[in-house]
Amino acid sequence: MFTDDNRARARDIVAQYPRARSAIMPLAYLAQDQHGWLPPEAIPEIAEFCGVSAAEVQGTVSFYTMFKRRPCGRLVVSVCTNVTCLVVGGPEILEHLEVKYASDDDVTVEEVECLAACGNAPSMQVNYEFHERLTPEVAEAIVEDYKAGRLAARTVSGTPQ
Amino acid sequence: MTTGQAQTDTELVTLTIDGREVQARKGELLIKVAQENGVYIPRFCWHERMEPVGMCRMCLVQVDGMRGFPPACTTPVAEGMVAHTDTEPVKKIQDGVLEFLLINHPLDCPVCDRGGECPLQDQTLAFGPGESRFTEEKRHFEKPIPLSGLVLLDRERCIQCGRCTRFAEEIAGDPLIDFGERSDRMQVVTFPDEPFSSYFSGNTVQICPVGALLSKPYRFKARPWDLSTSETTCTTCAVGCRGALQSSSNRLLRLLGVDLDAVNQGWLCDKGRYGYEWVHADERVLEPSVRVRNAMVDVSWPEALEAVANELQRAIELHGPSSVAVLGGARGSNEDAYAWVRLAKGVIGTDNVDAQLGDGLPADAVLGLPRAEIDDLDQAAAIVLLGPDLKEELPVLYLRVKQAAVSKKVPLLDLAPVDVGLTPYATAVSRTVPGEEGVAAERLVAAIGGRASGDAGIDAFAAAATGRSGPVVVVLGRGSVAQSAAPTMRAAAAFAALPNVRFLSALRRGNVHGALDLGLAPGFLPGRVTLDAGRGWFAPIWQTVPKERGLDAEGILRAAADGKVRVLVLLGADPVADFPDTDLARRAIDGAGYVVAVDAFLSESTRRADAFLPCTVWGEKAGTTTNLEGRVQRLGRKVSPEGTTMDDWRIAGELAVRLGNDFDLEFVDEVTDEIATVAPAHAGARSQLLRRSRDGVVLPVREHLHEIMVRTGDLNIMAEDGPAVSWDPIRVDAAEPSEEGDAAHEVDEARGEAERLEREAPAHHEWDRAANVGDAPGRDAYALRLVSGRELYDGGRITTCSPSLAPLRKDSALMVHPQDLARIGVEEGTQVRVTSSRATVTLPVRTHPSVPAGTARLPFTADGRGASELIDTTTMVTDLRVETIS
Ligand code: SF4
Ligand code: SF4
Ligand code: FES
Ligand code: FES
Repeated sequence: MFTDDNRARARDIVAQYPRARSAIMPLAYLAQDQHGWLPPEAIPEIAEFCGVSAAEVQGTVSFYTMFKRRPCGRLVVSVCTNVTCLVVGGPEILEHLEVKYASDDDVTVEEVECLAACGNAPSMQVNYEFHERLTPEVAEAIVEDYKAGRLAARTVSGTPQ
Repeated sequence: MTTGQAQTDTELVTLTIDGREVQARKGELLIKVAQENGVYIPRFCWHERMEPVGMCRMCLVQVDGMRGFPPACTTPVAEGMVAHTDTEPVKKIQDGVLEFLLINHPLDCPVCDRGGECPLQDQTLAFGPGESRFTEEKRHFEKPIPLSGLVLLDRERCIQCGRCTRFAEEIAGDPLIDFGERSDRMQVVTFPDEPFSSYFSGNTVQICPVGALLSKPYRFKARPWDLSTSETTCTTCAVGCRGALQSSSNRLLRLLGVDLDAVNQGWLCDKGRYGYEWVHADERVLEPSVRVRNAMVDVSWPEALEAVANELQRAIELHGPSSVAVLGGARGSNEDAYAWVRLAKGVIGTDNVDAQLGDGLPADAVLGLPRAEIDDLDQAAAIVLLGPDLKEELPVLYLRVKQAAVSKKVPLLDLAPVDVGLTPYATAVSRTVPGEEGVAAERLVAAIGGRASGDAGIDAFAAAATGRSGPVVVVLGRGSVAQSAAPTMRAAAAFAALPNVRFLSALRRGNVHGALDLGLAPGFLPGRVTLDAGRGWFAPIWQTVPKERGLDAEGILRAAADGKVRVLVLLGADPVADFPDTDLARRAIDGAGYVVAVDAFLSESTRRADAFLPCTVWGEKAGTTTNLEGRVQRLGRKVSPEGTTMDDWRIAGELAVRLGNDFDLEFVDEVTDEIATVAPAHAGARSQLLRRSRDGVVLPVREHLHEIMVRTGDLNIMAEDGPAVSWDPIRVDAAEPSEEGDAAHEVDEARGEAERLEREAPAHHEWDRAANVGDAPGRDAYALRLVSGRELYDGGRITTCSPSLAPLRKDSALMVHPQDLARIGVEEGTQVRVTSSRATVTLPVRTHPSVPAGTARLPFTADGRGASELIDTTTMVTDLRVETIS
């Protein structure tokens, strides 16, 4: 459920659009930022704010992979394994991080398609912040920097904080 | 213009389709124009009754001068357009689209309900590739998952046309399904805790172009080519939706909506669609029986009829004709109603007859107010809603009002006592204290007359309606059966002063309007004439006519409770369940000398009967029915009756013979024809005309002759060749009124008959609006005024005896405003003691913001304690005291 603060913000967000239903995605991000993921209980609440049915919100949020409908770590590491990254070591980075953080609740490692950063491949994102020209070691060091707070992480929705 | 078509006007354009020159209205969609001119462009997503979306790409065509391949379903025709639907490139596209769709399609046709009437099968055969090049593994999903209690989804078969999701949002207004996930996981989803529990969900099964959506009641029941079909009219409520009733091996298996432009436009509600199950219910009574020393004993029909006739004879001789009373008849056919009126009024001579059970409106008003047709809604200047929740009681009328308000932008005023299904679509809402509806109506009349009414909502509505042409349509009914009809009538008297006002009466029982039209009400004779006006006309036709006006349902029950009714006939009526005051109904049944039940089921009322005469029901009998517009339509007889049951009209005829009056009516058509000859409003509505007129006939016939559409074909569901059409609007073709040709013969005959009766028979009754109605009593500050209406899935037989519908009933709770709950001082869901001037009952109380403060809502016959124990029919309104149980 939204906190009181976020309820107020939700109302402001809805007010920005001529049609309330346009606020479905911003509110889903807001809920995701609050909970660290998008729990099912948030859906009917968003629906109510936007004047639509829960099924319509469900339809929208399930279309986008950036809405995490299962609990995830506070750091979402998205490693590209599409063609360019594939030739210069993306899969190795993915495997290295998957093994390293297999039982770390803070970190969720996922495989993604082309991040459009092929020019500096291999690439990954941590909470949608780009990191390029990686090796497995550099990638791990970056994640560690985030974990230790040496790098400021965005939210799991990619919102700077 | 109907929903789902682009803006069209009357200007004609000439275009060429596949080398042939055709004419069409400018702006009409190419796919439709082509079809009307015999060129079928394949399609999946386009449905004529919904907005086009161009999603499936099956209808791509070539148009000279246009880049690429435009979808025919989103391309409006224009002057000089040259379109090609069968060129090589178009065929290649069709081939490609189908091959692509089939990649992920399981092709499990042999175990698919749609197999045999499947647009994907048919269009693949007609336009698609012979073979697939796809050898990889197809996607897999769990085989059907429930979307609701009635609809299942097989996700593997879905081709993502969006017909179902668009229907749910655009037509039903229940957007409980939507597309979720993406790419090959894309699927129709509900929110997990919120099933697709729309009252209209079954329509999605009918329009799904594949077997992805399945009806639970029909699943695996038949192959479509084994079904035999009859056109019929749904009599589950008074909307009278057109349907195609299908059976196999003498079992009813499916009802499909037929697209009757004037009424249901192809849609059905789920209660109507699936309510056929009760016809075959085990609880049906199939043999006549009579009471012998306190036990019911099965007897032969002659014995049962003899016994009843003897009781009637004795009552007439010893206590006079008015010691006999008849309640009910609103659930049968017109022929049933007429035969029973003729028996009661024309043979026995009693006027103590009422088809309504104290829960409707005075027959006087229903028969005498100027009537609207459903189609008037779309062209109305404004619509006023004063009555029950149409979504619960007359579902497809709800769809039509919603369409008028949303698509046609007709201003809608909601004067219902609590929020109803249409409230979200209303231009303005004015909640008055129940019982004071007359005040609201008077305010509206003032506002329309240009004076400030003192109610902002009503003023806003009047402003929105100003300057619009067309009639003001008032949907008039009892907003609550917890109050008498008086406040509604006072409102009606006010509304009647509006210029060009017409009424749609929101009475719910299937043929209640037919029954009233035919005189199943005190003070009336068949054909909308009063007893006094019609006496001279009917006396020579019938054996007798009652001397004076009789009692209505409440009067009959009171007389019965006082032991003054010797024979009480319950014609499919269950007053214990349906009369607002259960206790009175019980006492009446106990107090009546001899109770005759003409029914298909035992009920609390008929259990006590002294004679039980089991009758046929919908689907088993032919005849006609009249909907709330006064439209007479035919009923289809699809299965032969169970057991030894008999049509109600025949039972009346058999009893009449035994009382010395032979009706001489052998076939149901003869009854229809007798009605057409003797009942002034029905003059001319002969069976032959009804058979030939596509949309039925609206009463009074003589005023609606010009609307009669002469049908030129039959219902076409399974086409001989070409695609099956049950997923597209099912229609019957009709000739334009101007080009009826020799088919107009029946219309001419009807005109002759109508004119003859206009000269010779009495005039139709008109309502006298100078009705003298008092005000509702004031409510003390601690009382809550009770509002009670029906829910779609209520305690009636159609719900309880249809296995698929029975689980959909909700249990009942007293709904109050949060403020009132706080004042009572209990938590949500607590049991409280509820006291009216009649009774005290214990009920759970819950809050709902839609219930105005000072008002309490309780469904009428829900599961659990109903309102009928609390309602006091001797007062205008019912006030409740709600207390904690200490
Ligand atoms: S379930 Fe049927 S109607 Fe709905 S999108 Fe799929 S194919 Fe179309
Ligand atoms: S709205 Fe009434 S007539 Fe139409 S399908 Fe439903 S119950 Fe039958
Ligand atoms: S392929 Fe990895 S970023 Fe484009
Ligand atoms: S029917 Fe035209 S795109 Fe689907």
